[in-house]
Amino acid sequence: MQAVLPAGAVRPFGGLAARLRRARWALGFVVAALMWICTAAYAGGQGAGDTLITAIAFGTFSVIVGTGQMLVIASGDGNFDLSVPAVMTLAAYISMGLMHGDNGLLPVGFVVALAVGAVAGVLNFLAIAALRLPPMIATLAWSFVFQSLAMDLGGDATVKPPDLLSAFTVFRFGGVQLMPLIVMLFTAVMTIAINRTLFGRHLLATGQSERGARLAGINVARVRLRSYVLCGTASALAGFLLSGFTGGAALNMGDTYMMESVAVVVLGGASVAGGEANPVGIWGAALFFNLLAIMLNTFHLEAGVRLLLTGVMVVLIVTIAPRPSAE
Amino acid sequence: MRFAAPRVRYNREALEAALPFAALLVMLAIIFSVRPQAFSYFGFTLLFKLAVPLMFASLAQMLIINLGDIDLSNGSFVGLVTCIVAVYLRDAPLTAVGLMLAAVIVYTAVGWLIQARKLPSIVVTLGMSFVWLGAAIIILPAPGGHSPDWLISLMRLRPPLMPLPLWIAVITAVLGQWLLKSSAYGVILRGAGANPKAIARAGWSLVTARLLLYAVAGLLALIAGLLLSGITTSGDPNVAPGYTMLGIGAVILGGGTFNGGVVSPVGTVVGALTLSLAASVLSFLEVAPVWQIGAQGGILFLVLAGRVLIGGRPQ
Amino acid sequence: MEPTNLIAMRDVRKQFGAVQALAGVDFHVDPGEVIGLIGHNGAGKSTLMHVLFGTLRRDAGQFSITGQEIGTEFSPQLAHAFGIRCVFQELSLCGNLDVVENARVLHRSLRGLGWRRRAKQLIADKLDEVFPGHGISPEARIAELPIAARQMVEIARAFTVTDEPLRCVILDEPTSSLGHEATQQFLEFVRRAGTQGIAAIVISHRLDEILSVCGRVVVMVDGHVVAERASAGLTRPDLVGMMGSIEAPKTVASRRQYAGTTEKLIDARGRDAHDLPITLVAGEIIGFAGLDGHGQRERLRALYYAGLQAHRNGRGPAVAYVAGDRQTEGVFPLWSIADNLSIVTLPTLRRHGLISPSAVGRVVADWVARMKVKTDSADRPVLSLSGGNQQKVLFARALASDARIVFLDDPMRGVDVGTKVEVYRMIHDEAAQGRSFVWYATETDELTNCDRIYVFREGHALEHLVGDDIRQERILAASFGGLVNA
Repeated sequence: MQAVLPAGAVRPFGGLAARLRRARWALGFVVAALMWICTAAYAGGQGAGDTLITAIAFGTFSVIVGTGQMLVIASGDGNFDLSVPAVMTLAAYISMGLMHGDNGLLPVGFVVALAVGAVAGVLNFLAIAALRLPPMIATLAWSFVFQSLAMDLGGDATVKPPDLLSAFTVFRFGGVQLMPLIVMLFTAVMTIAINRTLFGRHLLATGQSERGARLAGINVARVRLRSYVLCGTASALAGFLLSGFTGGAALNMGDTYMMESVAVVVLGGASVAGGEANPVGIWGAALFFNLLAIMLNTFHLEAGVRLLLTGVMVVLIVTIAPRPSAE
Repeated sequence: MRFAAPRVRYNREALEAALPFAALLVMLAIIFSVRPQAFSYFGFTLLFKLAVPLMFASLAQMLIINLGDIDLSNGSFVGLVTCIVAVYLRDAPLTAVGLMLAAVIVYTAVGWLIQARKLPSIVVTLGMSFVWLGAAIIILPAPGGHSPDWLISLMRLRPPLMPLPLWIAVITAVLGQWLLKSSAYGVILRGAGANPKAIARAGWSLVTARLLLYAVAGLLALIAGLLLSGITTSGDPNVAPGYTMLGIGAVILGGGTFNGGVVSPVGTVVGALTLSLAASVLSFLEVAPVWQIGAQGGILFLVLAGRVLIGGRPQ
Repeated sequence: MEPTNLIAMRDVRKQFGAVQALAGVDFHVDPGEVIGLIGHNGAGKSTLMHVLFGTLRRDAGQFSITGQEIGTEFSPQLAHAFGIRCVFQELSLCGNLDVVENARVLHRSLRGLGWRRRAKQLIADKLDEVFPGHGISPEARIAELPIAARQMVEIARAFTVTDEPLRCVILDEPTSSLGHEATQQFLEFVRRAGTQGIAAIVISHRLDEILSVCGRVVVMVDGHVVAERASAGLTRPDLVGMMGSIEAPKTVASRRQYAGTTEKLIDARGRDAHDLPITLVAGEIIGFAGLDGHGQRERLRALYYAGLQAHRNGRGPAVAYVAGDRQTEGVFPLWSIADNLSIVTLPTLRRHGLISPSAVGRVVADWVARMKVKTDSADRPVLSLSGGNQQKVLFARALASDARIVFLDDPMRGVDVGTKVEVYRMIHDEAAQGRSFVWYATETDELTNCDRIYVFREGHALEHLVGDDIRQERILAASFGGLVNA
């Protein structure tokens, strides 16, 4: 058979098979491009640039939420954070209510929003670890509670966000949108974190085999805690920024993000079974979904048809998308 | 050396099943202490009226969870059915039946697709939830329509001994328990959820089992929608998210796990009754409706924590 | 191929990508024969049985059962109809169902009214017949039974008969999880069943058991049948020789002793009056012995986690664990060999907080060479390796780390002799340099590698054997709490 390999023939974290597997993430970008071309063609080439800009802007929120969900999903089979929409909404309400439109309170509002998300993450983790609830149920139950809290705080009027925040979310620096750029930076950092930090490696190991990870000396509880806290924080951040972008918090602001956060992970970032994470791929998937929404809008389809087609698309994508080869 | 004396197991299982039942009793006690008149035929009917559709939706979810999948489109499907009923059943019954049949067939096909391509059910059903919702909105853009009179009358039946909701609960629980837990083929259905490879090696068709479970689940969800529109007399595409989440909650409350093959029809029915009662308890205690959903979450926590304390199943 | 053959296979081939799992195998079984099928990991034994049972389709070759030619549409269902049953290495029971229901799964005819009563009778009787005094309640859920009981249920179930005939039972490592008494009962039963016309094919690494119960032994190497002999007169070294390895003589080779500190690395008090304290010094190899499932693994894990906690708190040396059940507890299936190997060592391979690929590369290359892992690139997925080589990677993972104490959880279970010898040598080398090992082993041969062993019975470390006392009779005696009748 094969001889013992010579030293220096090793490329860790690389290798052809791994690269091919990781190329799955490109699918998101490919279908996003297809969507864009379709939309541009339908409009006769007009507004193609605007379409892309809008998609990128909205896509930013999907990316933030999707990245958080990706970390939770990567931590192991059956781990999902179903409280994402509720945390988004709750963080938005609390921070907007605190700031009350005052630019001076912006940093405080920002920190408080993130804190809400982090606390939510801790609560989710505690329910899973201490009460030994399946993650879907734990996050589900907490989402009920968070939703009630948000509704209680929501009252009647939606509080306007501080102008600085709204301005930031649409700010362009020499024609280039700043917010998405910053989130892209965040994606880059996340990619490095997944591949080159202990947390990232431990996360992926835990996701592939929890027992194996424990026996390899990995503190599985700490890994999981961190992934849920990061996800909660990401959801909160998305809620905070989204409020600035759309002009205020709303009780239904998180509705579409449940499906989006999971769908972008599946299409772009990871396997639902856990053990994989690809932050860059999430961008492709997020762009795709947002371009899809814009395209359906452009075709002047009624609400029901739009929803139906979006759903069909999601199912199609999941069916056709190649899956990790480890069977 | 004796391995695992069955008496101990029966006791623990009985205890675990008793938990949601205990929660149910506690809530009933609270209600009756605040409003003693509720302890009547009419009172029970009122309290559990809305639990009936949730029961069927939960049982549908239970069958899916038995397979190790999850159905996040459950609520939207029920919403769609209410719209079909409200718009077509009274005046164009054939169309209605055709649409309902088509819906169940598509639902079953999705179940087949999930296994055939080894897809993650959570994502597929999330997508399908949009499909059902979209279809419902196309049929009935805003809540309205009118359910047929016979359906409305059906839901207003007043059978002897127990109010209708309780009769339905008992019958479905017993039937479900017998079909899934006592019958010979039920063994295969439960085994297919826990260890499909073993079932296949023994020569059984996994495809048949899966298609059967998904088809029956679709039918149960269909019934849920029918009964719901019988109660509300109209259709609403957005009766949705509550049902999905509450249905999952009911299954878990009733002793089910996500591992596949471990579910309890009786437990699920009791879980559905418990969760739907939570909303009523709050209005009786004059707590603001915003806390309704939070309270349902709280109940889930309490009961599941209780199960863990009793030394429940390792996950 | 003779017309009297129950099962006849000629020139059977099966390829998986580039790997020739079966390279032209001739194999036959006569009615009532008990055949032992032995060979290294990756020799093709399991593949051959999967083809025989219908879970895999052969690429080429003739295959007939009771004279009937088997085409391409063969399946486990058809195999059952022909009277062939299979007890796989990975158990085929449904954990959520009880014993009776699992019996039902195997028999389509157990249905209709009263099926449960009939099924209970069927499985209870068979359990009594194969394993008298088993103590397994038919209403017990499989998930609640210990692994030995599950194996017993699976074996008994395979021999139950309703409407389909029973002609041949394939048993893949059937005794690996059975206790000593159950093993003897099983061997006795298979012998009896053979005389009653039920053939059996036994795959096992326990060569003594093969020799005691099988009439003919078939040896496979790299997809070929290399030898086929009547077992009468054969000895274990003969079998090992046929597989292409030389079995090392059982003398306890004197090995270089570590001359460093004698400070105690482990000093665990006994749990109660009947439990011996467990100690460990640098450079020692201690073993946990006794019958399977008597608390050794639990104690091993307890010591490991205690050591891990102490190390995290800065109060103890680094520890590492080599799991035996690599599929569920050892290997990270999506990762490459390199990733799997380096996971424990990563903290020390960082530059400025980030993992350095070149540092990892060096460590991985070094250890792949030292452990002689058979691969051309460490970037290949770890699952592309054979079981034995995967186990080597798990060893390397532990040894590459800075762990002073390495816990071994019966890691050589189901691994071929060649790999075992290499790994034992590595353990001795490491111990000579000051590393300590705590070794839970189920075969006496492995225990002779240890300086001292603790024999467990019912969760307690009851006896402490040193040096030459580490022998089969002494271990058995301690396991049973008295003299063993020969």
